[in-house]
Amino acid sequence: MTRFVLGRIGFYTLVAVLLAFFTIPLLWLVTAPFTSDPTYEVKVPDFTLDNFRAVLEHPYALPSLWNSVVLSVGSAVLVVVMAALAAYALSRVRLPGRDALLYALLLLSSIITGTAAMVPLFQLAVELNLIDSQLGLILILTGGLLPAAIFMLKDFMDSTPKSYEESARVFGASPLQIVRHVVVPLVRPGLATIAVWAVANVWGNFLMPYLLLSDVEKQPAAVITYTLYTEGGQANLSMLSTFGLLYSIPVVLMYLFVSKKYGFRFHGGIKR
Amino acid sequence: MAAIELRGLTKVYPGGVKALDALDLAIPDGEFFALLGPSGCGKTTLLRTIAGLETATGGAVVIGDRDVTGLQPGARDVAMVFQDYALFPHMDVTDNIAYPLRIKKVAKAARHEKAAEVGARLGLDHLMDRRPGQLSGGQQQRVALARVMATQAQAYLFDEPLSNLDARLRLEARTFLKKLQRELGVTTVFVTHDQAEALAMADRMAVMEAGHIRQIGTPSEVFQRPANTFVASFIGSTPMNLLDGVARGDTLEVAGCKIRVPVSAEGRVPDGTAIVYGVRPEYMTYSAEPADGAFGGKVAIVENLGASHLVTLDVGDVIVQAVVPEGSEPAVGDDGYALPRRDRALVYRDGELV
Ligand SMILES: Nc1ncnc2c1ncn2[C@@H]1O[C@H](COP(=O)(O)OP(=O)(O)OP(=O)(O)O)[C@@H](O)[C@H]1O
Ligand SMILES: [Mg+2]
Repeated sequence: MTRFVLGRIGFYTLVAVLLAFFTIPLLWLVTAPFTSDPTYEVKVPDFTLDNFRAVLEHPYALPSLWNSVVLSVGSAVLVVVMAALAAYALSRVRLPGRDALLYALLLLSSIITGTAAMVPLFQLAVELNLIDSQLGLILILTGGLLPAAIFMLKDFMDSTPKSYEESARVFGASPLQIVRHVVVPLVRPGLATIAVWAVANVWGNFLMPYLLLSDVEKQPAAVITYTLYTEGGQANLSMLSTFGLLYSIPVVLMYLFVSKKYGFRFHGGIKR
Repeated sequence: MAAIELRGLTKVYPGGVKALDALDLAIPDGEFFALLGPSGCGKTTLLRTIAGLETATGGAVVIGDRDVTGLQPGARDVAMVFQDYALFPHMDVTDNIAYPLRIKKVAKAARHEKAAEVGARLGLDHLMDRRPGQLSGGQQQRVALARVMATQAQAYLFDEPLSNLDARLRLEARTFLKKLQRELGVTTVFVTHDQAEALAMADRMAVMEAGHIRQIGTPSEVFQRPANTFVASFIGSTPMNLLDGVARGDTLEVAGCKIRVPVSAEGRVPDGTAIVYGVRPEYMTYSAEPADGAFGGKVAIVENLGASHLVTLDVGDVIVQAVVPEGSEPAVGDDGYALPRRDRALVYRDGELV
């Protein structure tokens, strides 16, 4: 009996510690922006809006959030359109060595945006005059996300019956019509999943924009966060917390919206 | 509306499976044609090759006066009903029926009007706003038919459209489909593995085996005079008696019994040839008394067929089956005699009808 009670106590203590580990930073994130002089402690806020005023007055803070929107939405649109077409083709056309190609793509994708590819990518961007350009960054980020996106979407496409498309084909629909009228509506939850995944990925990406965009007016929020220091070289906690809150809200809202509208259906990467 | 002609049509799948083997077939304009055969014999492949969903390895498909062998499915002007109906789950019934017209760039109002008209004809008026997922199997089948009717194609191709329905609904749908085809007069190829369906609905039918057509004819020709032992054993709700025997003058020696040569084979089987004697259980007269030219043996099994019974006799070391009307069925173990009808019995030599 005592052993059971002790076990329970131990279990709940462990759960409490784990919970605290994850909730305290979140608590800090929602309280610190409303506190006059925030420290690393979680304090009851005095509900000042001075910190928000400071962020508004910061010359690059709000524009950087807009830059993040441009980069992530731009990449997500490209990723969804291109991955949908590629995944459809790969799912429906029998090519020799198709599966090998898919696995190679997946493997490469972890390298392309990974650190190993930084130098060649940087040089490529310089050569193509795409350095310090948001378009260039969008293309590179898209390239990095595409393989995994194709891989996931192909799974969605594989699980939709072929007879819908064949029926449309017999009625005379062209391949693009089939994709628009039949395939896209059927895999819409999959497309939503990929779009959210791409947005979240780009939104939180620091390294690529940091390397490829030197003009501070083009930099996204993730990079600007890194510049929020006081004159003394200390992290500016009031700015950081406030900006951090503003930075996270859009992603949370997007997630809630899409999840409510489509419901997430993540199939595993590999079937059979 | 147009005739369909297949010339030496061959389909070899990438794995090397020869699903269609130099198949010739002519279906006249307006005919209701049934394709029947065991699973895997190539019925679906044949239909899909006519539709253009599979490219022919050899031979030609001619619809009307056009050779369509190299054309895309959409250019062949045929309409197909798939076994699972393939109704688009994200569109309501109206949009599903109107989809072929949408592809033909008919204006929205016009195509919805047409969908409503066709839907009403098939008794779907109160279901037009539903999604396929909210319909019963029979209703889905009618939506699939309506969608095909909205196209005004040269030919209709049906791949087992009734197999997803329960037995009762299937009988209704059978009559309905037959009537509809009569009214529309569109050439229709209908795949089924249910022989009762083929016999009941078709103007003419083909029996396939392993990529070949084994017999083409009207349902009564195929039922009464199967051209070979394969068709003979495949067609019929109770399997035909097929018994090995030898010709002896104007009698046949079959299963140790002396049987008179059937009318259809009179004078055409030389003395001493090995033959297969075929007679349907329905064309046997059963009696408890010995009769001249009858198979005699012991009753082994009696199966209830509803309005009649199927009696299995042990005759020597083979079995002979006869259908007995209700009320006069024997008991297991009785001596019984089954007399074949001379005008209905058949003789096969080397597997082919004599
Ligand atoms: N896509 C394919 N690739 C390779 N072989 C195939 C393919 N489709 C069918 N086959 C083979 O071709 C042959 C004919 O198949 P088909 O589907 O036409 O048969 P079926 O008569 O329609 O049978 P069922 O009554 O079971 O539907 C079979 O041996 C089948 O295994
Ligand atoms: Mg089939």
